[in-house]
Amino acid sequence: MTADLRKIIGLHGAVLVILFAAQFFLPAYHHGNLARIMVLATYAMGYNLLFGYTGLLSLGHALFFAAGLYGMGLGMTQFGLGAGAAVVLGVVAGAGIGALIGALALRTEGVAFMIVTLMFAQAGYLIILYFGSYTRGDEGFVIQQADRLVAGLDLSDPTVRYFAALSIFYAAFVVLMWVLRSRFGHVLIAIRENEERAMMLGYDVQRYKWGAVVLSAGVSALAGAAYGVLFGYVGASFASVQYSIFPLLWVLLGGAGTMLGPLVGTIFMFYLIDLSSGVTTAYMLIAGIVLVCLTLFAPQGLMGELRNRFWRWLP
Amino acid sequence: MSFLNAEGLTKQFNGLRAVDDVTLEVPKGQVRALIGPNGAGKTTLVGLLSGRLACSSGRISFDERDVTSLPAHKRIASGMAYTFQITSIFPSLSVHENVALGARRVFSDPKEAEERVVAALHRVSLLERAHEDAGDLSYGHQRLLEIAMGLAQAPKLLILDEPTQGLADGEVVAFNKLINDLRGHTTVLLIEHNMNVVMEVADFITVLNFGKVLFEGTPEQVQASSAVQSAYLGGADAEA
Ligand SMILES: Nc1ncnc2c1ncn2[C@@H]1O[C@H](COP(=O)(O)OP(=O)(O)OP(=O)(O)O)[C@@H](O)[C@H]1O
Ligand SMILES: [Mg+2]
Repeated sequence: MTADLRKIIGLHGAVLVILFAAQFFLPAYHHGNLARIMVLATYAMGYNLLFGYTGLLSLGHALFFAAGLYGMGLGMTQFGLGAGAAVVLGVVAGAGIGALIGALALRTEGVAFMIVTLMFAQAGYLIILYFGSYTRGDEGFVIQQADRLVAGLDLSDPTVRYFAALSIFYAAFVVLMWVLRSRFGHVLIAIRENEERAMMLGYDVQRYKWGAVVLSAGVSALAGAAYGVLFGYVGASFASVQYSIFPLLWVLLGGAGTMLGPLVGTIFMFYLIDLSSGVTTAYMLIAGIVLVCLTLFAPQGLMGELRNRFWRWLP
Repeated sequence: MSFLNAEGLTKQFNGLRAVDDVTLEVPKGQVRALIGPNGAGKTTLVGLLSGRLACSSGRISFDERDVTSLPAHKRIASGMAYTFQITSIFPSLSVHENVALGARRVFSDPKEAEERVVAALHRVSLLERAHEDAGDLSYGHQRLLEIAMGLAQAPKLLILDEPTQGLADGEVVAFNKLINDLRGHTTVLLIEHNMNVVMEVADFITVLNFGKVLFEGTPEQVQASSAVQSAYLGGADAEA
């Protein structure tokens, strides 16, 4: 066990160090991409907690991402909050909405849960459009550079932005790793593996699932709030179905129920689209073919296959 | 009032009364066997007691508390442990983790929980295989793992649904010893088809037939009862 623990710390520590070091040798274009990827991967990690570790497939996570985004954005424009406080407001909004939606949607299971979460997210999207006078609807609004300051640091500066994205990713990674190694996390995995058994071991399965939804929503909202403040734009497209499907794809590609899967999947998908769109206008076709091949030959996702074949100890 | 008390328990499945007005009293520390032909309602009855199934009518009290309206997880948390007739484990988790999930809910101190896990695995002779995936164990060993998951919770009441099914002869002997060791401090409700096991470990036997209590008595009384012979043992012979 301790040998496994050493490997776990070694591998994940190495990845975190590489992410830190990458900024010093990456060309500007990829440097900017990686900052974006780390924030989106944080979103995917939040999604992975629910999907990969608890076994609950939500099709409505865009609602939580958008709750963070708008909680942050409206906090600035409507309440005049500073960037830091606005991000906190975004996270609180996301977790709060997660608590409410979780309590309602968890009355259902399986396909019904997918549909109910999808419907709630659609309702959220429509609400954003309906209150267009505050949210500016589809068009969205820009966060002015003057507002994107934390402790005197300008978040629109590439280096600062990279560090901010890295910090958010680190924080979410460490918190989720800690959660998964805790008693709570072990119960979530047990629920994924055999829900009835977990219940008949005396665990209040509904309460654990609810906790997972709230935490997952909170991390997703953190990613949403960070995305808005780091890249300076808040818009309704982030609340659309597409943004509920993305984290599912990233996590499936990278490996559901692995700690590194969300990062790997997000990088893979980001560059798949980026590179293929440089080659042809039919880039979605190329992306689609690669995705089909991956699901055929690596159904557990990239990290999942690695775990099955070589690294049994991968968390 | 007895330790475990069921009064007028009934479970209706559409047209079928799987459990029909059953009253059961199990005193503390007793090893109670629950026997009866296939389809008699044994699994359904323990499902009602543990809360896995909701009863159609009747009352259940456990450890001086009315638990009729408690959901399953709260009944388990109040000191019951349940093992499934159809093996229900966490196949892709390690043997150790399967048992630890049981222990950790009861013992919040990690050191104590770990001691309980080791002790429970040792009792069913699975300690050497603690780090294998539970799904890789043979059927019989998965049955033993279920028992260990129950033991690790240090339950007041241990419900076992046909635990010796699929065990080798030597393992059955070890199982009998295990139950004999529990006698006195843990109340055991044991559903069992192997009459040798029943006769060896049971303090008292309840015979179920068509959802009703057909007979109750000591092993000797059950063996002497002609009603049980014809309903149960006859049925079992015919099947074999
Ligand atoms: N969920 C269910 N829905 C409908 N009928 C059921 C259900 N569960 C059990 N039954 C029926 O209830 C009756 C009692 O079943 P039960 O499993 O309790 O019997 P048992 O005594 O445990 O039998 P065995 O010795 O075969 O395990 C059977 O006729 C069974 O078909
Ligand atoms: Mg049965």
